[in-house]
Amino acid sequence: MSAKVEEQVREEHPLEKILRMDRIPHIWCPTCGLGTTVTALSSALEQLQLDTNKVAVVSGIGCTGRVAGYMKLDSFHTTHGRAVPFAVGLHIARPDLKTIVFSGDGDLISIGGNHFIHTARRNVDMTIICVNNFIYAMTGGQVAPTTPLTAKAATTPYGNAEHPFNLPLLAASSGAVYVARWTALHVRRLTVAIKEAIQKPGFSFVEVIAPCSTLYARINKLGTGLDLMKFYHDNSVIRHGADLNDVDIDFQSKIVVGKFVDIEKPTYIDCLNAGNKRAFGDKYKPYGGGNGDN
Amino acid sequence: MKADPKNVLTGAHYLDGNHACAEGAIAAGCKFFAGYPITPSTEIAERVSRRFPLIGGVFIQMEDELASMNAILGASWGGVRSMSCTSGPGFSLMMENFGLGLMLETPCVLVNVQRGGPSTGLPTLPGQADMMQARWGSHGDYEVIALAPDSPQESFELAVHAFNLSEKYRMPVLIMTDECVGHMTEKVVIPDADQIELIERRYTDKKPGEAWPFEETEDLVSPMLPVGQGYKFHVTGLTHDYRGYPVINAEAQHKNVSRLMDKVRKHADDIIWLEEKDVDGADVVVVSYGISSRVVQPAIQRAVKDGIKVGQIKMVTVWPFPEKRIAELAGKVKSLIMVEMNFGQVFLEMDRCAKGKCETYLVGHAGGTVHKPDEIYKTIKEAAK
Repeated sequence: MSAKVEEQVREEHPLEKILRMDRIPHIWCPTCGLGTTVTALSSALEQLQLDTNKVAVVSGIGCTGRVAGYMKLDSFHTTHGRAVPFAVGLHIARPDLKTIVFSGDGDLISIGGNHFIHTARRNVDMTIICVNNFIYAMTGGQVAPTTPLTAKAATTPYGNAEHPFNLPLLAASSGAVYVARWTALHVRRLTVAIKEAIQKPGFSFVEVIAPCSTLYARINKLGTGLDLMKFYHDNSVIRHGADLNDVDIDFQSKIVVGKFVDIEKPTYIDCLNAGNKRAFGDKYKPYGGGNGDN
Repeated sequence: MKADPKNVLTGAHYLDGNHACAEGAIAAGCKFFAGYPITPSTEIAERVSRRFPLIGGVFIQMEDELASMNAILGASWGGVRSMSCTSGPGFSLMMENFGLGLMLETPCVLVNVQRGGPSTGLPTLPGQADMMQARWGSHGDYEVIALAPDSPQESFELAVHAFNLSEKYRMPVLIMTDECVGHMTEKVVIPDADQIELIERRYTDKKPGEAWPFEETEDLVSPMLPVGQGYKFHVTGLTHDYRGYPVINAEAQHKNVSRLMDKVRKHADDIIWLEEKDVDGADVVVVSYGISSRVVQPAIQRAVKDGIKVGQIKMVTVWPFPEKRIAELAGKVKSLIMVEMNFGQVFLEMDRCAKGKCETYLVGHAGGTVHKPDEIYKTIKEAAK
């Protein structure tokens, strides 16, 4: 009897279908927020009952950049900052696939910032999951465009002298149709947000505030991973539809979380088809991807 | 596979090299173009943007060249033939992700309509000074394939050929043209679609779960895996094994990089395309490529009239370099002359391969105009002494 139970436990990890088990264990540190975020995406895909053959994930470089390597999906680990334009090409070639870009704040917003705003502007149908740990973690904890003013980093040993980006405001003002922010503590709400983002036609953006206890917390003497989760618990303020001018994150300030934007707008391919229809009338066959044969 | 008649503008046309190049790409089945405006290449993008809607293609003007290069890689993995065009400054910006294309072994075509450099240089005037950048511009060790058309007609033909090579060897292929060829207008004859042979992409015939993206094959070219069909494959710019999984050690590095290089080196005889004239028995052989291979003609004719035995080699492919042929010729001729619009780039390769067995001469300048035939003639005279 007990032998049978053991066998069942061994056989089925709940996320085995969606993870490359031949690549586990992963390289991430204990208490990193990435495990939780990957679980949230995996659960979202499971709950949506999507055909995972039709989901592709694209990552850039960094700790979060490694996500593509652990997801059992068609997955692309590209160069630093370039996950988004790679995903643009992939999406246009295969709009029938759900394209998910999963990358970090430095990758998406610093070196990849231009691609981020322009892809949002075009409202290309893809989901961006941005794990924001306030720091360049893979390279050893250097300052990022998301590092709060005054916070310390390996390259700002006397405190950061730069104002950080407010990512939900940046995404929304660039044209994103769905914008949400949660922390790695809000697993259930984060999963719901990822589900909504994936289902939303157009450029959807989910920011995940995630603990980096190895670097950010250590340099700034913020305690352990558990202390960071307690901080999120005590300092997160859920404010759906918040004025995005008010969701800046200061050093150890309150963190406004919630669903901020959820609007309808024609996607890039919608507009492409509408424009060509205007120009060519019935001669134009709406674009549906592939080599133009569908 | 024959070209799709719907894509082919069969007939005789009066086109510049850039428009002809665009038509070649379209005839080859290109259905995705991502680019950023830059002189003197932009006519390619403009032509494609006009032609695509009714043949099921998508043109997108990206935010910069880094995005353009990545978008064509993404589209290629999506199963669509893709290309971009640029010139010097944009080529520099594309170099990192050209490397990603080589590492992910992604078929696509990139056109560099060369202008004078460095930096912003001469936007509206020709150069051939990106040839070494084409060879070595991305970091790391690798081999490339680069073609150099000398006319609008050849711009059409080599665009088709570039797509074929990119599918055959599963890698990005470069077309290194220049402002002169790009903006020169001549008669271009586009054949019937059934006269245009296209190489189809080779996909795995294995089932999902059994196939890997970089499997070892005899010809070193692994069949690709299609997206959206359950293969759930992974590819990475990191050094990887046959599964596409990162492996960070010297052994994996040796295996991965050697394969990328051998894929071209071992097929060099198939890839290299030279057009030779009067080379047997020549005392002097003039080697050139692209527009320079036309500019050498009056100089050679004049030297032949003087009684000098002059042969010529037009390099249709510049990379991989025809090492064997140059080494062979160096043992037979008095001199080899390289004519190119730079201060000696492909010349360095010719000189290396000659190994001191003959004299080598460079007729080069900084770009901005083609050579004066007189300079070439004088060098031929000198080289024949």
